[in-house]
This record gives sequence, C-alpha cells and structure tokens, in this order.
Amino acid sequence: MSAIASAEQRPLRSTSQTQRGRVTQLGVLRSEWTKLWSLRSTRWSLLAAFVSMAGLGPLIAAVQMGRWLQMSPGDRLTYDSINIGVGGYHLAQLAIGVLGVLVISGEYSTGMIRSSLMAAPTRLPVLLAKIVVFAAVTFTLMLIASLISFFAVQAIVTQHHVQHAIGDPGALRTVIGTSLYMTGLGVLCVGLGALLRNTAGGITAFVALLFVLPGISAILPSSLDHSISKYLPLNAGTTVATHQFDNPYHLGVWGGFALFCGYALLAVALGAVTLLRRDA
Amino acid sequence: MIEIEHVTKRYGEKVAVDDLSFSVKPGIVTGFLGPNGAGKSTTMRVILGLDRPNSGRATVNGKAYRDLPAPLHEIGALLEARAIHTGRSAYNHLLAMAQTHGIGRRRVDEVIELVGLTDVARKRAGGFSLGMGQRLGIASALLGDPATLILDEPANGLDPEGIRWIRNLLKGLAAEGRTVFLSSHLMAEMAQTAEHLIVIGRGRLIADTTVAEVVSQASHGASVMVRTPGAGELREALLGDGVRITSVERDLLEVSGLTSAEVGAVAARRGIVLHELVPQMASLEQAFMRLTGDSVEYHTELLAGEQLETVGEAA
Repeated sequence: MSAIASAEQRPLRSTSQTQRGRVTQLGVLRSEWTKLWSLRSTRWSLLAAFVSMAGLGPLIAAVQMGRWLQMSPGDRLTYDSINIGVGGYHLAQLAIGVLGVLVISGEYSTGMIRSSLMAAPTRLPVLLAKIVVFAAVTFTLMLIASLISFFAVQAIVTQHHVQHAIGDPGALRTVIGTSLYMTGLGVLCVGLGALLRNTAGGITAFVALLFVLPGISAILPSSLDHSISKYLPLNAGTTVATHQFDNPYHLGVWGGFALFCGYALLAVALGAVTLLRRDA
Repeated sequence: MIEIEHVTKRYGEKVAVDDLSFSVKPGIVTGFLGPNGAGKSTTMRVILGLDRPNSGRATVNGKAYRDLPAPLHEIGALLEARAIHTGRSAYNHLLAMAQTHGIGRRRVDEVIELVGLTDVARKRAGGFSLGMGQRLGIASALLGDPATLILDEPANGLDPEGIRWIRNLLKGLAAEGRTVFLSSHLMAEMAQTAEHLIVIGRGRLIADTTVAEVVSQASHGASVMVRTPGAGELREALLGDGVRITSVERDLLEVSGLTSAEVGAVAARRGIVLHELVPQMASLEQAFMRLTGDSVEYHTELLAGEQLETVGEAA
C-alpha cells in the first residue's frame, strides 16, 4: 500500500522523453526472448528437458554395465552405445513438447495474447518470433545436453569396451540429429498450440500424434503396421536421432527427418492461419 | 482520432455491434456509455484490431490498427479482461511489451513509478489485487506515451481509493491534451470525467452528445412534490397551460410544468399551508435509464416488495 500511497503525492508525469521506435521483427524477437525466460514454468521445463537429456543415457548405461554379465550374448554383441548416448530424448521430448504448446497456449489462457497482438498487430511476427526463439533455445540446450550424455555414456561403457568415439561413423550425426529432432518437435508443438489455442487441447494433440498413433498402428495387422508406422511423426522424426535401427521398417535418416519437418511446417501453417483469421 | 464506420460484429447468431458509427474527437475525454452487454468491449476490441468486424471499419488516426507502424505510440489500451500472463512479473511484462517497439528500460521504470507499482514490480502479476492489476494495465497503456488512450471500464471493481486515483489520472491525462476514450456502465462516473458521450445499447448508437446536454435533458421535465392539507384548493389554483398535476396521496401532489418557486408563490397568495415542497431532479442515472431503457439486454424480474429498478446483466 505504501507504494500506492506515495504515487498519489507525486506530480503526474506520464510523458516520456524517450525516442519513438516502431515495431520490428527484431524487437518482437527480443520481446519473445524476455517472455520465454521470465516465466518460472518455462525455466523449470527447460531444466527438466536438459537434465533428462543429459542424465537418462548415463543412468541407463550405468545400470546396464552393472548387469553386463547377465545380458544375453546377442544383446552384448548389438549393444549400441551411441543410441544409449542420446537415449535421454525419450524423456526430454515430453518436456519440450509440452513447453512448445505452452509458449502460445499459455498466452491464450491468461489473456496475454491480447497484449502481444496489440503490440504487434500484424500477428505473424509474434508466431515467427516464438518459433525462432524457442527453436534456438531448444537446439542449443539439447545439443549441449546430448554431448554431455554422449561422452558420459562412452566413459561409463569403456569398462566393457563397447564405447564409441564421436568421430565414429554416425556418432556425431546422431548427437546433432537428436537436437534437430527435439527442435523440430518444439516447432511442431508451437504450431499445435497456435492452432488449438488451448493448453489441454494442444498437449492432447501432441501426445496423440506422437505417442498414441504408433500404438494404434501396432495393433493393426503387421503388414499394414509395417507400411504405415514409418510415416508416423515419431518414427519419421527419430530416424535422425537413431544410430542403428532395431527393425527394418523405417525411412532413411534424412528422408524421415524431412517428412517430420513437413509435419511441423504443416502445424505451423495451420496455426498461422488460425492466428490471422480468428478473433483474439 | 478514432473513427468507427458502420461496424457490425456478430458472434455466431448474436449481433454484438450493429451498424455502429461515431468518432472520438481528439483532445477531450469521451465517455462510452451503455448497459452491460451493449457492445462496448466488442467495439473497443474492433478498434484495437483484436476482433475483425463482419462489416464496416474502425480507424485510429486514419489507419486500421493493424496498419499502424508503431501502435503503442499511437494508442494505449486497457482492456476489461486481463491481458497479462499471471506468471510474469509486472516489470518483465512491461519490458517485453516495450521491446517490440524498441522502447528503453528507463521508460519501463518510469511507467511503473507513475502507477505506483515500484515495490511490487518484480513480483508475479498473478498475485496482484484487482486494483494493482488495473494499475499495471494502465502502465502498459502509457508505455508508448500515446496521444490516445482507450480504457474499458477502468474503475471496475476498484475501491473508492482506486477510483479516485483513476479519476485524477484521467484528469491529468486529459489536461495534457490526450484523447481519452473511456467506457463505463455508470453514468455518474462519466459525468465526473467525460466531456463528450457516446451512448450505445444493444450494439446500436443511442446518443452522440455532450455530458452537459444529458444533464440538462435530465432536469427537463422535472417535477415538484407538494404536501399540503389543502391539496384540492391548491390543485385548482395551479392548473393552467402546460401544468400536469397528479394526486399521489390524499395530501400529496406531483406537479410538473412549474418550478417549486412558482408553486410556493401561488400557495402563499392563496394562504394555503404547505408541509413539504420538494423539487424532483431526475438524476443522471435516471437520465441514463431513460436513454437506454429499451435497450437493456436483460431486465431483472420484479418480485413483490422489491424496489423498482432496471438492471442490465451479463458482460
């Protein structure tokens, strides 16, 4: 109350001497950067994604090394320390996907979207800035986390001599590919958030598209499953994050990722149309 | 200068704004008055480019809001519904808004100080009281130092202290020569701050007038209540051209067409004893009711023994 009371006595000085600017894409990018980092929920989600990405692989590797002798000779022979090195994405993708939806649905649920669109009334710069900022942050954090995970896993599995070097064929591609997959997933989910404008709806759509579809495909007759499942978002997207595949039914590494990017762009395009057409 | 030209906005079947045209003149405070649900908020959202009208157009300084190169410098807005992320601090909210236009941090501090939120600027806006939320909304509106302000029910839900603060602020802003467009469903609030009035009901324009005009219309057709034991005699003495007399009770007359001074003079000449002589001024609220009477969206059902009043409901 003291702050409010003291404002009463002060003379009104609502005019500013600051220079007048205009809305620019760079300004909107700065604004989205501030918005992303100024929410506690965002910081926690990013931390969760980072810790999962960096920590899950080493944890699994440590457990496996502990029971190495109980593993079947076949499992030991096909042990892929590169796949384990990026295995954290199985958990981290949940945090990134949810956060991607929240980046925009959180603005609809709180009413913030009205402030955002009043400041940038052509609207598309807001969506573009959200995507660029979130994609850049996701890629950077996931790249650092997957490198940490990769090297930690290789250090752990050295005891049974199944380690790989980062220079081994496919190793660096898998590490960078994991960050690319996570980034594409984040963009896809921002698109879903813009399209559905609702947190519950956006997260449901994300989980359904990524994780429920493969489950439905799996209960179809296997010939059908084998021809369909490789085109599903999760399977297409994770080709680039996979070193060796455990089944032959998958798209090529870059072909699969390109298809996944196509899905992400489709979600963003639909989200952009929704943003432009609908009342805020 | 805000101009509304033949704006119609429908939400599904419901017509919220119906072929509405008016303009908000620069440099004065214009009140935007109407019962709840009359379409005030919708009209403001159309002006701000948040809602797209089905037909017609709204312009700010000659341009559609979407075409303004720097909207925060042209027009500042306080919406009725909150437009702030509850998890963000007041400072970061304002900073993010400022950055879109390249407005510096100094201006952010300046508007925070101006609305008296310095002590809580780093706290989550979700924990703010209604009054603090309104102050933050006003800080946001003033951020770009715009010449035009559009405020939707700024006094809504504020305590008397907050209402006084808003009123003083508006007076100050008007004194600086800014254009202020202010909505309210309370006529008395308007009479205190506005110079010009736009009155709407059910999405249509009812009046585009000055506050002074409404006040004079309100007192026009006023009546005088006279309580006297000689009611019959006085009645005969008063009757004349343009005078209407109703007998309210056996000893109570309602006289219209004469002032209380005239009634008193007649009574004195005839030596009639008066117990009461009360001029009945129609209040501003009554004038407002008369203006909008037919356009109120919902009337409350009257129950036996309840006082007669007309109330508009719903937002």
